[in-house]
Amino acid sequence: MLILIVIILGVSFILYTLLGGADFGAGIVETFEGKREELTISRAMAPVWEANHVWLILAMVILFTGFPAVYASLSWVLHIPLMMVLLGIIMRGTAFTFRHYDVHQGRSHKYYSFLFRVSSFITPVFLGMILGAMILGEISFDRSQGFYRMFIAPWLNWFCFTMGLFTACLFAYLASVFLVGETKIERERIKYAKFSKHSMIATLVLGLLVFIMAEAEGHSLTRTFLHSIPSIIMLVIAVLLGPLIWHFLNKEKNKTVYLRLGVGIQVTAILVGWFCIQFPVLIEVKNASELTFYNTQAPAATLEQLLIALIVGLLLVIPGFVFLFRVFKIRSM
Amino acid sequence: MDDLIAARLQMAVSLGFHIVFACIGMTMPVLMAFSEWRWLKTGKQVYLDITKAWSKGVAIFFAVGAVSGTVLSFELGLLWPQFMKHAGAIIGMPFSWEGTAFFIEAIALGVFLYGWNRLNKWVHWLSGVLVSISGILSGIFVVSANAWMNSPAGFDWVNGRAVNIDPVKAMFNDAWLSQAIHMTLAAFVSTAFAVAGVHAFLLLKNRGRLFHQQAVKTALIFGSVAAVLQPISGDFSAKDVAKRQPAKLAALEALYKTSKPADLVIGGFPNNKEQRVNYAIHIPGGLSFLAKGDLNAEVEGLDKVPKEDWPPVMITHISFQLMVMIGFFLAFVSLLYLVFSIKWRHVLMKKWWLCVIAFATPLGFIAVEAGWTVTETGRQPWIIYGIMRTKDAVSSMPGLRYSFFVITIVYLLLSLIITWLMRRQINTIHEFYPTAKTL
Repeated sequence: MLILIVIILGVSFILYTLLGGADFGAGIVETFEGKREELTISRAMAPVWEANHVWLILAMVILFTGFPAVYASLSWVLHIPLMMVLLGIIMRGTAFTFRHYDVHQGRSHKYYSFLFRVSSFITPVFLGMILGAMILGEISFDRSQGFYRMFIAPWLNWFCFTMGLFTACLFAYLASVFLVGETKIERERIKYAKFSKHSMIATLVLGLLVFIMAEAEGHSLTRTFLHSIPSIIMLVIAVLLGPLIWHFLNKEKNKTVYLRLGVGIQVTAILVGWFCIQFPVLIEVKNASELTFYNTQAPAATLEQLLIALIVGLLLVIPGFVFLFRVFKIRSM
Repeated sequence: MDDLIAARLQMAVSLGFHIVFACIGMTMPVLMAFSEWRWLKTGKQVYLDITKAWSKGVAIFFAVGAVSGTVLSFELGLLWPQFMKHAGAIIGMPFSWEGTAFFIEAIALGVFLYGWNRLNKWVHWLSGVLVSISGILSGIFVVSANAWMNSPAGFDWVNGRAVNIDPVKAMFNDAWLSQAIHMTLAAFVSTAFAVAGVHAFLLLKNRGRLFHQQAVKTALIFGSVAAVLQPISGDFSAKDVAKRQPAKLAALEALYKTSKPADLVIGGFPNNKEQRVNYAIHIPGGLSFLAKGDLNAEVEGLDKVPKEDWPPVMITHISFQLMVMIGFFLAFVSLLYLVFSIKWRHVLMKKWWLCVIAFATPLGFIAVEAGWTVTETGRQPWIIYGIMRTKDAVSSMPGLRYSFFVITIVYLLLSLIITWLMRRQINTIHEFYPTAKTL
């Protein structure tokens, strides 16, 4: 039962990264590519962005129902970066909607765009920092440590910051590859393809930097990684897909399906590889035993009800989701 | 400002903000689906135009509601980690169902808003129906979690820990039904009267326009029925509260001394020191009758409750008076509306009547906010009634006031922008929809 819930949590996390991540990334791409891309991006995102972001709510609900201690501890010690994520989510969602629905074009649109772009970047950076803090092991529940050590140091360090940049970069990469298939204008397509390649290289470099920074902060990520065979396999898959995607990006003919599939598998592989290293740990704790799926799970009665709700829920949601994407994505391809 | 007050205020601001959008999200899909159905049946352009004009507003409200709802799912932990640590496993079930319902709502709304030209008309309409059903359900699930805080069930509290957890019992606690009915009706009353009010106002400016006439009518069909039912549901809720939370009932009625019979106190300002209500109207035996159904029944007062367990009497009493007053006013207007639309239809176009409806625009939402204040402050000092105190649940992170300031400023700004944006949208109705110009 626990394993099934963990798998569903993992799947919703992956889907949030792929779909929500591409949404965030679209805002980053827009920042670099400028005004003309606004239209394509808005058109691509508008029907699906709300549904995409519900995967995060789902993950939150699983966390606080199934593993309440993890949810409570995270939101206690990582209050500040979580607050930043929230501000980002508020700014981004509202600015995007206002921009899309405000009938008047003009000065107000400039402000909406500005807020949308800034928050599209800030939110993933802080999301990445939070993930970084969960694995780095600087988190501590010892109240005698003082404000800085307890509420700031666990997430404000070079490793977490690199994780943040890596996340933002990965999202931008996802988004630009998705966007290649969203436009019918050749000039725009070339622009997105170029952006995809640049962000692919940047993601790779930042990924390496994550490992280096982990060592620098005294967290032996490399060693744990080398001990986990599934993680190595996943990383190899992700790396090997790189040249293949590069090849399709160079093709003039539209290869949207291969591109999207390739980048989807690539990102999923990165996440699965990461889960394999982490499992069953959710939060590494300084000088104390870590919080795992096992030692924080809710009582069996709760897990059972949660699983029923999740399975029934997914049986209802997935066909709806497929329908939504068929109507707005596949048919327009 | 101490951190507990800051956290409570931040929660109040966040929920007070979100509840408006939640109400709109529960009601508007029903109004839109109804209007679209009339278009499909009659083929009259005006119904289609109304549906489309509304959907533009709903898209904005829904997005803001989705965002402020996401914020709440984090804030529960950010502000009340001790509460979530214990309650998460118990009330996670309504939240997970809410998650599902909201997910379906978001998907179906995407289809509804953007699928006009891509789908068969009836499939499109069905997506609207699906938004309505899932919207109402997700509201009910959240209310059920709140009802659990008023009426904890489905666990045993042993040495500061919950054991023998039964999530199904927790979800269907004693308060869920009365609260769910009251909140759903409130959502319909507030949103429908706000919509009717705006269109009545536009009718006053542009007399005789069919578009606005039909919009007012569609909104009031739902609003009036809900408003007439609401006092009945309120009575059901009051009797329920009298049974389960005597301290809350005593606070909202400002009943300091246990009385037999107990007077119904209308209006006035409670004075905790002198334990009396100044400037109030007393109806002998009224409270006994309303709370227990018997003019001579004994009603427990605040004297039965230790002073440290008193809810804030002033806020609870005044909010309650405000909610009831508006509730009765809207029920009265609704009765008039039902009578007029059966017998004297011409009155519905009279200027004075449109003024009444336009005047009622914000009233429903004021009542919703007041009612929410009643149920939340009336539960204090408990976060889980009788089990965990609010002060024991709050986060121990210092400086919570700063996040309160930030959230308050952000929500204030957002409210201003949305109001301004809505005015802009409304002002352009006449440009976009031909039927909005015809008489």
